[in-house]
Amino acid sequence: MELFLTFLKAFAVGGAICTIAQLLINYTKITSGKILVTFLLAGALLQAFGLYQYVVDFAGAAATFPISGFGYLLAKGAIEGAKEGLFGAITGGITAAGAGITAAITFGYLFAVIFKVRSKKN
Amino acid sequence: MQGNENINFNKNYIDYISSIAPKTKETRSLLRAFWVGGTICCIGQFIRFAFETWLGLSGDELAAYVSVVLIFLGGLLTGLGVYDRIGKYAGGGSIVPITGFANSVVSPAMEFKSEGFIYGTASKMFIIAGPIIVFGVASSVLIGLSYYIYFLVV
Repeated sequence: MELFLTFLKAFAVGGAICTIAQLLINYTKITSGKILVTFLLAGALLQAFGLYQYVVDFAGAAATFPISGFGYLLAKGAIEGAKEGLFGAITGGITAAGAGITAAITFGYLFAVIFKVRSKKN
Repeated sequence: MQGNENINFNKNYIDYISSIAPKTKETRSLLRAFWVGGTICCIGQFIRFAFETWLGLSGDELAAYVSVVLIFLGGLLTGLGVYDRIGKYAGGGSIVPITGFANSVVSPAMEFKSEGFIYGTASKMFIIAGPIIVFGVASSVLIGLSYYIYFLVV
């Protein structure tokens, strides 16, 4: 039952964040790149005031899967680093997000080299 | 007479516009974004449970592994041409999850491969991911420094 509830929360919160993005797309004709940057900054800014933590506490890890969770991770790492000193304050963010950025660059390049573009028609 | 005709004309025009404007389509796009985005997050949650129970991972390490796997899957599906189809169907539901970040890296990198592996693939993969990393890292430094000063003062 608890397991079911975890997945239900993951579905609801993940879906809700994506619906906000779709609302922005529908009403402002914003491009996907700007959507990603907006959500990243929103996540980082919310966590700067400790607010995104509430979403994570409620929805569990699922709240960290959208790109806003990436911003949350960067902000959280920076805040934790700042407790240790100036060096930590500067490097804390990218240290926390390091795994994700490394994976995106490495796998991204690898798959781009392996696969070829298919015809746009599908 | 003229005014009346104008009103009629406007009414007809508005009726015509609202009949072709994609009103129901917008609601449908929201639903699609909701269920696809929710499903991707549930897949992430499932991977998390799997790693937790089978590999005994926990904390930040577990979270990092899950996002790495999601990025891997997003990149792979983009390479196979599947993710773009999901994107056409789901819109925001496929852009915002971390798999969409992987998609934004692989998609332009593949497209510009004809310009070479260095100035084509390696440089064009950052068309969308570049701003994300720039703003992400810059904002984290800003937040870190603000907190550093805050901790010094308080």
